[in-house]
Amino acid sequence: MSTAAETKRAKGTEASLDVAALRRDFPILTQTVHGRPLVYFDNAASAQKPGVVIEAEQRAYSEFYSNIHRGVHFLSMKATDAYEAARVKAQKFVGAASVKETILTSGTTAGINLVAQTYGRKNVGAGDEVLITGLEHHSNIVPWQMLCEEKGAKLRVAPLDDEGQVVMEEFERLLSPRTRIVAVAHVSNALGTVNPVRRMAELAHAKGAVILVDGAQAAPHLAVDVKALDVDFYVLSAHKIYGPSGVGVLYGRQALLEAMPPWQGGGDMILSVTFEKTTYNELPYKFEAGTPNIAGVIAFGAAIDYVTAIGLDRIAAHEHELLAYATRRLLEIPGLRIIGTAPDKAAVVSFVLADAHPHDIGTILDYEGVAVRTGHHCAQPVMDRYGLPATARASLALYNTTDEIDVLVKGLHKVREVLGA
Amino acid sequence: MSDLRDLYQEVIIDHSRRPRNFRELPEANHRADGYNPLCGDKATVFVRVEGDRVSDVAFKGSGCSISTASASMMTESVKGKSREEVDRLFTRFHDLVTGSPDKKDQAVAPELGKLAVFSGVCEFPVRVKCASLPWHTLKAALEGEAAPVSTEVSESSSGDGGGKAR
Repeated sequence: MSTAAETKRAKGTEASLDVAALRRDFPILTQTVHGRPLVYFDNAASAQKPGVVIEAEQRAYSEFYSNIHRGVHFLSMKATDAYEAARVKAQKFVGAASVKETILTSGTTAGINLVAQTYGRKNVGAGDEVLITGLEHHSNIVPWQMLCEEKGAKLRVAPLDDEGQVVMEEFERLLSPRTRIVAVAHVSNALGTVNPVRRMAELAHAKGAVILVDGAQAAPHLAVDVKALDVDFYVLSAHKIYGPSGVGVLYGRQALLEAMPPWQGGGDMILSVTFEKTTYNELPYKFEAGTPNIAGVIAFGAAIDYVTAIGLDRIAAHEHELLAYATRRLLEIPGLRIIGTAPDKAAVVSFVLADAHPHDIGTILDYEGVAVRTGHHCAQPVMDRYGLPATARASLALYNTTDEIDVLVKGLHKVREVLGA
Repeated sequence: MSDLRDLYQEVIIDHSRRPRNFRELPEANHRADGYNPLCGDKATVFVRVEGDRVSDVAFKGSGCSISTASASMMTESVKGKSREEVDRLFTRFHDLVTGSPDKKDQAVAPELGKLAVFSGVCEFPVRVKCASLPWHTLKAALEGEAAPVSTEVSESSSGDGGGKAR
């Protein structure tokens, strides 16, 4: 099937995206909600899927599905080939040196927990420290809290400034010879802030710590290169990159992964098993116990092809234009305040509107066909930092348009009218 | 399609903007905290029970317009009522906002009075918890439950270390 993305590639170097054509790649976008055209601004929670991804998953099930790495039969070999081909795509997508450094997981949360439970349990002891930042998602807080509690270690948190950036002097000050692990988001899901992870990695390494980067929000918006960033672990989720849910990637430096004990025990992660002793499989399989989301991983490969064909640079450029437009238009609304105003920001706009509660904003916007996230965004400490119980959040993707932002703005005027805000 | 105004009725907007009995109650002999982790709504309900009757009731907290209006109107409607009457009102209100199927064809129970304005809530399933949080908190206060009331059962016991969608 010829997609708009492929057509784009054929056309070569065009500055801006043909968004109208790209939108046709996403079947879900044509629907109406409460009688209005759907405006999907909840991409940071999960992005919609292009036809090529949906078809890839369907084709896997209807043409060559079987379990992988097991059978000598035709279908099993075909499914294994397709699965491993997707792994190679994931490897190249993050810039890992080899497939041995590319562990397939069920998502970002699983990746972080894997590192906390293996590298963390082996290397963090009583009195040691784990350093995170004030803008982390709960999934990059709780696994470290659990680890610290178990080991008698301390969780340190680098604070945020009023714009939503990590205060780097504090980050540096909190790094100590006791710091074993630094865990930071590449991009904040609640504020959109892009963290200076390359610099953070440099500082962490200078103190002898390893650094894990939660790339769930970064991977859809900027080209990731784990070697250039010089990070030790990088985790992401397929569903934010127009792929299926239940699939993710954990990049880890080979030497670290080799030295780490396995996480979950089971099939596929072993070379041999007797009741006396089990020999673990090689990388990356050592960390992949159990039958994975086979068709999902294959469809993730299609999603990687899709965004790569369009070009992450061009996607980022389009999203930045949208972000600038959204920021300008939203600030025209009386009483509206944007939370998270870092100069280096991905396409996320968190906001509050006078004394209107975000939950009410969400319901009223829904009636205008606009889907936004409202609440604490699984980042309660971020909300506490700004003294808010919740915000409304519009997060943008490659298929969004300035016209849709106009619909949002109109919807927010409706919010003011209904609530008398 | 239900209309937005079924939910955001004038009375509800009025109570959300100017909540009644919105204060602490130093003479309270019952109190409870309620929390909705999904949207961050918090409510503390203070009750003074004399004999078998709610002689005074007030609330504090922060929440959306539906939960604030619900708390405000709840305090007005339970003041002076016996525990049994409050229990019955709780059940009626719960049936109203959840759109309990066996109650659907019946007219709104007359004892609900002004609370009938919440009849539109059942058309908005994700907002039912907003309206019911103050009532669950009141019930907990009267029953003297020590633990905070949450709209999400055993929310803190999930051990996978993750969050929901980002």
